[in-house]
Amino acid sequence: MDAVLELRNVSKHYSSHRVVDGVSMEAPRGAFCSLLGPSGCGKTTTLRIIAGFEEPTSGEVLLNGNSLLGLKPYHRNVSTVFQNYALFPHLTVRQNIEFGLRYQPERCRNGSNRQSAREVIEMMQLGGKETRKPAELSGGEKQRVALARSLVLQPDVLLLDEPLSALDPRLRKQLRAELKSLQRSAGITFLFITHDQEEALSLSDRISVMHAGRIEQTGTPEEIYLKPATRFVASFVGHVNWIDGIGIRPEATRMGRKTPATGVRTVPATAVNCVFLGNCVQVEARLLSGASVVVELPFGHERPTPGETTHIWWRPEDELRFRE
Amino acid sequence: MNRLRALFLAPVWVIIGSLLFVPLAIVFLYSLLTRGTYGGLAPPWTFENYQRLADPLYLSIAAQSFLLAGVATLLCLLIGYPLALFISRSGRWKNLYLLLVITPFWISFLVRTYAWMFLLRDTGLINTVLEAAGLIQEPLPLLYNPAAVVLGLVYDYLPFMVLPVYSALERLDPTLLEAAADLGAAPRASTLRVLLPLSWPGIRAGIILVFIPCLGAYLTPDLLGGGKAMMIGNLVQNQFTTARDWPFGAAVSLALMIPVALLLVLLLRRKGEELL
Repeated sequence: MDAVLELRNVSKHYSSHRVVDGVSMEAPRGAFCSLLGPSGCGKTTTLRIIAGFEEPTSGEVLLNGNSLLGLKPYHRNVSTVFQNYALFPHLTVRQNIEFGLRYQPERCRNGSNRQSAREVIEMMQLGGKETRKPAELSGGEKQRVALARSLVLQPDVLLLDEPLSALDPRLRKQLRAELKSLQRSAGITFLFITHDQEEALSLSDRISVMHAGRIEQTGTPEEIYLKPATRFVASFVGHVNWIDGIGIRPEATRMGRKTPATGVRTVPATAVNCVFLGNCVQVEARLLSGASVVVELPFGHERPTPGETTHIWWRPEDELRFRE
Repeated sequence: MNRLRALFLAPVWVIIGSLLFVPLAIVFLYSLLTRGTYGGLAPPWTFENYQRLADPLYLSIAAQSFLLAGVATLLCLLIGYPLALFISRSGRWKNLYLLLVITPFWISFLVRTYAWMFLLRDTGLINTVLEAAGLIQEPLPLLYNPAAVVLGLVYDYLPFMVLPVYSALERLDPTLLEAAADLGAAPRASTLRVLLPLSWPGIRAGIILVFIPCLGAYLTPDLLGGGKAMMIGNLVQNQFTTARDWPFGAAVSLALMIPVALLLVLLLRRKGEELL
């Protein structure tokens, strides 16, 4: 695998607190990579170490095989899209986009800065907005300017720090699709930081799930969801029913009076609530122990009656198996 | 609603009217009269006081005032900006440092100025120590020159530069500087292209708050300049006291308002921008 970016055992300690604790990861060239984790898990610090805003306490950061350590942010061929976009409020859209080219003229694709900027403005559909100031732009436009400002420099890796979290949910879904197609067409390696598992699953070629300063698992979205390596990954990415210490996804869990005779494990449970979701019926049930379980029944399956005690069951092969 | 608004604004207008516009009108009327034989005011009405302003003597005093106030403002900016930047990045020490910046105000302006005289004069602390150390044979002429006046002005007005600049820097989003570095701008470039433009409102407010009072200063040039560095303020004071020429003093002080107003217009001409 051709890794454009590689982290080897990177740690960052603040006095006694280990914010990043031995993180190793690789970003394949041209891939959409995500660093997924809850807030405070160290993912933003990891990004800041790659961008050069923080120096790691130990470990190695390689870009195209060369160490980045000791290099100032302005000497690293990576670029960041900040969470709040950090557009320069006193500069116009065009000046924002041309900002980096002015200091890194060697990154200019075709002769003039103006021409490179024009191409990116076109690509990001910002035509007609060139002379606006950031304050006059909508949230989605601001995001596109932030992306354009970085993309015009053709960085080896584009670092995105929760770029969708500042937007309203409807716009977020639309821009998510745009982001993915942009990454494909630009062919630039993305390292996308997010706490939103849905975002990570839908966008990424490769996800690293981070928890308490460590990477718990790296894999494709399918691997992360279907074969979570740890309990944390399983419960952070999607919902998990914990039954006697065994984890089962809601869609692998069934419920009803007629349990199959063989090949399944069954547990008695009481249906509490049934909700029709269109593609499935979601049942909230309670075990005898009082634990709550979510069951997603496919269309056409027998529908439990709330208050009635029946059984839930699942196939042993659908049980999640963990490393620990 | 409008009536209520007028009611609430009324005290402001009474204060501004009685303490600003009425006195200004009185000064204006004085400036159009003639000096009485033993001081005071006398007819006839005349513009002569304004014509006298063109006298090279007075023009040179005006030029000297602008020069000293300008140099003092520039020094305040050169000292105050890095200081404000340092304080804005001092985390939990910020408030302590800000307190230290305004500590001199706890002591009377006059006492502070006299303290400088005790330090700078021929038999003052600095000269005494230097002589005792054998570094100089004769006292250095530290007091009663334009440099001493500038020193006094900078000392007096530095906080008026530091505080607005600090306030502007505090409001600046630090990720903007990170973004500049991220896009390839080295510290020098990001200072010129991002930090300075974005803190300009604070710089501008500092310039106004320092330059204008410096231009009209009279106590500092009087005490530290010893009459060798006369400024417009001293001229006005002289006319009203020693020279007993109230009409001319009034004309000088009104004439001083013109460059000040021009400066304000120049710095604040862009609409939609606030002073502080």
